[in-house]
Amino acid sequence: MPNHFLSAFILIPAIGFLLSLVIPKKNENAIAWTVFAAVLVNFVIAVFYDVLWIYQGSNVVDERDLLLYHSEHYEFFIDFHWDKISLVFFTVGTFLVLLVARYSQYYMHREPGYKRFFNTLLFFYLGYSVAVLSGNIETLFVGWEFLGVSSFLLIAFYRDRYLPIKNAVKVFSIYRVGDIGIILAMWLSHHLWNQNVTFAQLSDVSGVNSVLSEHSLIGVFIAMAVLVTAAAKSAQLPFTSWLPRAMEGPTPSSAIFYGSLSVHLGVFLLLRTFPIWQSQFSARILIGGVGFMTAIVASGIARVQSSIKAQIAYGSASQIGLMFIEIAMGWTDLVLFHFAGNAFLRTYQLLVSPSTVSYLIREQFFNFHPSAKSVESYFPKRLAATFYVLGMKEFFLDGALYRFFWHPFKIIGRKLNFLRGWKLAILLSGMLSLPLLHYSSAINLSHGVMHTLSSMFALLGVVMVLKSFTEREKVFEAWWLVIANHVVVAIAISLNENYSMSHNLIYLSGIAIGGLSGYALLSVLKSREGNINLDRFHGFVKYYPKMSMAFFFCCLALSGFPITPTFIGEDLIFGHIHEDQIGLAVLVSLSFILDGLSLIRIFARVFLGPSVRSVYESSYRSS
Amino acid sequence: MLHTKESINSFDLGKAIDALMHQLPAQAPLKDFIHHNTLHAFQDLPFQDGIRAASRRFGYRVLLPLKEYRMAYQSGRIHDDILSRVVCEQKGKDRKDFWLDQMVSRVFDVPEPPRIGLLRGLWKRNHKIDLDSLVHPILFRLLCNFMDQGISIWSFPVTNMPFLDAVRKLEADSAVSLFRTKLGREIFMNRDIGILELLEQLVSSEDKYAQYLFDQQFAHQGWSGMVATVQHQPNTLLDSRQITLEDVIFLELALEIDALEYALGNEWKPLSDYALMSVPDLFEEVPVSELEEVLFLWHLAYEWSYYDTVLGGIHTPNPELRGRRNHSFQAIFCIDDRECSLRRYLENEDPNCYTYGTPGFFGVEFYYQPIYGKFRTKLCPAPVNPKFLIREVSTDTIRKRDFHLGKEAHSFLGGWLVSQTLGFWSALKLAINVFNPRFQPGAASSFQHMSKQSALEIERVSDERESDLLVGFSCEEMANRVESTLRSIGLVDDFAPIVYIVGHGASSTNNPHYAAYDCGACSGRAGSVNARVFCEMANKQEVRGLLHEKGIRIPESTQFVAALHDTTCDEIEFFDEATLSQHNTQMHKEHVLLFQNALAKNARERSRRFINVDSNLNVHELHKQIKMRSITLFEPRPELNHATNAACVVGRRDLTSHLFLDRRAFMNSFDYRVDPKGDYLFPILRAVAPVCGGINLEYFFSRVDNQKMGAGSKLPHNVMGLFPVANGIDGDLRPGLPSQMIEVHEPVRLLVVVEHFEEVILEVIQRDAATYEWFKNEWVILAAAHPETRAISIFHSGRFTAYSPAYSPPEVKDIDTYILQHTDAIPVLKIA
Repeated sequence: MPNHFLSAFILIPAIGFLLSLVIPKKNENAIAWTVFAAVLVNFVIAVFYDVLWIYQGSNVVDERDLLLYHSEHYEFFIDFHWDKISLVFFTVGTFLVLLVARYSQYYMHREPGYKRFFNTLLFFYLGYSVAVLSGNIETLFVGWEFLGVSSFLLIAFYRDRYLPIKNAVKVFSIYRVGDIGIILAMWLSHHLWNQNVTFAQLSDVSGVNSVLSEHSLIGVFIAMAVLVTAAAKSAQLPFTSWLPRAMEGPTPSSAIFYGSLSVHLGVFLLLRTFPIWQSQFSARILIGGVGFMTAIVASGIARVQSSIKAQIAYGSASQIGLMFIEIAMGWTDLVLFHFAGNAFLRTYQLLVSPSTVSYLIREQFFNFHPSAKSVESYFPKRLAATFYVLGMKEFFLDGALYRFFWHPFKIIGRKLNFLRGWKLAILLSGMLSLPLLHYSSAINLSHGVMHTLSSMFALLGVVMVLKSFTEREKVFEAWWLVIANHVVVAIAISLNENYSMSHNLIYLSGIAIGGLSGYALLSVLKSREGNINLDRFHGFVKYYPKMSMAFFFCCLALSGFPITPTFIGEDLIFGHIHEDQIGLAVLVSLSFILDGLSLIRIFARVFLGPSVRSVYESSYRSS
Repeated sequence: MLHTKESINSFDLGKAIDALMHQLPAQAPLKDFIHHNTLHAFQDLPFQDGIRAASRRFGYRVLLPLKEYRMAYQSGRIHDDILSRVVCEQKGKDRKDFWLDQMVSRVFDVPEPPRIGLLRGLWKRNHKIDLDSLVHPILFRLLCNFMDQGISIWSFPVTNMPFLDAVRKLEADSAVSLFRTKLGREIFMNRDIGILELLEQLVSSEDKYAQYLFDQQFAHQGWSGMVATVQHQPNTLLDSRQITLEDVIFLELALEIDALEYALGNEWKPLSDYALMSVPDLFEEVPVSELEEVLFLWHLAYEWSYYDTVLGGIHTPNPELRGRRNHSFQAIFCIDDRECSLRRYLENEDPNCYTYGTPGFFGVEFYYQPIYGKFRTKLCPAPVNPKFLIREVSTDTIRKRDFHLGKEAHSFLGGWLVSQTLGFWSALKLAINVFNPRFQPGAASSFQHMSKQSALEIERVSDERESDLLVGFSCEEMANRVESTLRSIGLVDDFAPIVYIVGHGASSTNNPHYAAYDCGACSGRAGSVNARVFCEMANKQEVRGLLHEKGIRIPESTQFVAALHDTTCDEIEFFDEATLSQHNTQMHKEHVLLFQNALAKNARERSRRFINVDSNLNVHELHKQIKMRSITLFEPRPELNHATNAACVVGRRDLTSHLFLDRRAFMNSFDYRVDPKGDYLFPILRAVAPVCGGINLEYFFSRVDNQKMGAGSKLPHNVMGLFPVANGIDGDLRPGLPSQMIEVHEPVRLLVVVEHFEEVILEVIQRDAATYEWFKNEWVILAAAHPETRAISIFHSGRFTAYSPAYSPPEVKDIDTYILQHTDAIPVLKIA
């Protein structure tokens, strides 16, 4: 095999993606063929590669590709990896994307947003490929972020209706919760291995065990972080209810994302990280337990769903629960087999879901038995009724997540409402004065005090972004608070450890670009449309599509999305949090998570949703 | 109904619910999709006032956006002379310039918001509480699960009692409550509490109750409309349910109180008088705005620019009147606009044949029961209630199964097995279907409706009744039906050796709206059974004898042959060909070829509208591609159905046989000489107004407001309980037509042209008040064509006024080539 062969699998869709961006909207066929061709080329090469690889003895390939940052202590590089897990996930995924691209070429004909759909589909495929071919957590995280954003864009495909936007934000927020797990795992593994460790290194079981035996607590913590991420992405308890709600886009996108590929990435993550937690019995119990509960609860919910897509979604989630059990048992080959079967089955079921009307009505016409009953009719009455209501209310999963997770944040954010304007300025300058005095050598603070100060700044950062997240009216305030949050985080870390200022510069470079350009765009919008209130959706994308896209990129830059150096900066910054400072790490990652959420909320409220101008042009809220 | 304020000053629950039921969307479950006027509730008002009231009340967009009219003017779609004529007529000559200026160049402010939802919106405004998001999900779930026809594996535990009782029983049995608070549960379970008591808790002032209920129900008009429809016709769900709108209102009010209690604790009071005063009355009349006037003027110009071409065409003498004797064959088609072009091609293939049009149930109304069917299907226009049953007694149909559409894969053990085994089969199946589509068990095909080999029981042998229905027809009943149908189309003598009775249906795959593509006159089914029943009747010796007594002499050598035309793939199937005489068999073989050629050309004409089909391919290759559309999983436009329909011609074929009408006209044959008094014209018009007018207005309104009156794009649709579609899993139902069905439609009201004397038409349309309403209020436009002079007159304000068309259709030599060069609507042409 030639060197850097695996990166070709990324390069091809990446080139296709860039090409698909520049083709004019009206040229449907060119758009569809570009996307189709990119995936087809990948598919053909993948099949050859699969065969050759197996023929040559199935040796794990680790390919170190792009060195993005290098210093004495630390390297940040892109790495690709090929083993049977990558083989199955990559080949199955490419095959399904290929079919769906072909399917959509005709299905999406004349749909406003045809180009957007194909752009996003290929972007998704790019992210998926990066993730399943990734050779270290950093690379995986890049793919992961791509998937999150393309997910948001495809759920919110019908961007002038209320429910798709609402659900897109909802799903994005759960993905974001998942990200916290990856960020923390990334941070901890840095400290365990003092570099960004590759999966190839991790597959050396004895090596991993020797490292982990010294830090058993960290090992457990990594396993937990990975489980949260996997559960969120694969719609396991307690996150399951997002999956049916994601079915807002065109049917083929729902099929490829939530029926097959995106939703199985949690399974992929567990398979990839298997060496880390395989010798931890407690982690295996936990993973199996989550899978088991989900399998039971989700199939219980699936049984009472009366809409076809919700039924398929819950049916699929329950199968993924079984896969979690299989992974926990260590049956990795079975999982791969199970994944492929489930992905194929659910894609097809979703794609033919509109046929259920003609098919089942005909079945009913000819085979109707008024007395036909399901097994539950043999349950005691009270038990049956209780389970029915629970199933119908989805075991309160949708409400609970809001109530116990987001709602507290909102309440705290609103409680902090008094903290604005000059009060905030006084607090900030007060807090800043201490370190300034320290650095100007006016006073000398001990390490302990500095660390406490650092945590206080991190907390302040969280407070700021919470306020941004819960801001109901002023869009500029919400925007500035996110920028301020990043600055405060940089200060917090600087206080924690002495390190080169260049790390902060790398970290803040993207923030500055994204933040200032976003501010400029909002100002232009305000000058044309008057005040923009965050209390409702405005739907400005209809009138300012280009500005909307630019603003979206600003949001991405500001949230540390891997399009600016900020992404590497975040990783660098994290490296300066010590492994015993879990509290600080959680606060900083919470900041990152909430930043992303607040930004996507601002974007959604300002540019998406029903038009603010006139209801005569938009659909009903409930539709 | 409730168009004025006075009628609702004191609250009368029954009246309010009646009004709601009347104004909610009235779309039946998908399997019974029948087109109707979306704004039927406003039909008692003149069109202009009706649509305006609906718009102001519910926020519908009822005409095209101003920009589109202006663009149509620039592109020449709206003719200059018509525009100035319309403005002069409507506004007077001296105001013409003022209005033209307004129309062409004025920039208008955003119109004031509609009134629906303002009152109930006070909860959000005053308390920052989003009632909809707290109430809708559980309400929609309960409704969908209760009415579900077979998607869920475990169906609603109680379905044999009315909705409210069933939910109460579930709530009583369950350890987990459907409600969030104790108060919510208590008021729901207390049978002494009624809607009025709940309203009193929510709204302080009685005269706002009706408005509150409208706000509440129109926040999810899809579900409420479905409930109202099921309440009205319970048999529309095969697995029937007892549910009323009143039940739903009660439950929803209880859920609202529950949600308020949950979100606000004790800190809420009914909406106060003070707050209520700030909200305009929903039912109050609103003065006309200048924007509305401008839009309506534009719209008239838009409509008349089209009408004028049709009337101009009909006014043009037809140089080649078709011979009235010795036809090679005659073919009776459905009135459907999709048959318009096929008839033209058939006549082109064989200039000696003659075609007719009549509603596609051919005057025979009955329920049909296939041999293994557990239910009956109505095969006649929706408002008719037949007293007869036709049974299939044998068939060769085998229904194929598809595990992907079954439910086995959703349980966790079943799913475990299925996904690891059949899952891989799905991959193969999907790949095959994506690259080489083929017929699926889940597809809907018109030929499936009844097999060619099926035997039907048509003649009544005993007086045995099956649940009040007579099984089959007596000879007397047969003769009456055959006579009316033949007389109404003017076919009373000169019978050709073969008379084809051609029903129609459609085929599509992966399409929940499949029933909308079938024959509307057969309640959204294919017309094959009706065609066969009619032929068997007309071929019967005894019936011929009775017909002879009535003055219709059908020669013994004449035979009626039933056929089914599939409008999606342009294929045809003939029935009972074995019964043809030797001579006719020979003839028939030749005719089959003619039909095949005509169908292929018809498919080619249709292909010009599909952008992704290359119309320059040869005619057979094109036909293949068109056929493919019906079996392709990913084709959301298997055919364009009634899109672009705009006119209806009631008269002899000579009125239109020289014209190219671009598949936009319904055509009902009628001969004024056979019916000088209009006795057969009456039932024709009584059907044309609601059936063709209904189709036309459903397309009209789905086109002008595809979000609120149409179903939006069908691509994200999710099938709910097998009877409607919604977006996502928590969305409201989407009645109306999806955007893929209406995108090429030009919204114009139906122009009905009747060939008879004005005074006869005038008398006929007034025989029935409901029919007259359509014409009087101008929800359809009526024109008379003088049978002798072809002079045109228009019905307006109760009388006919002479009209001289400005347009005279250009003559086009090679029309087949000409039309393939255009993808848009083509004006009326004269065929050279």
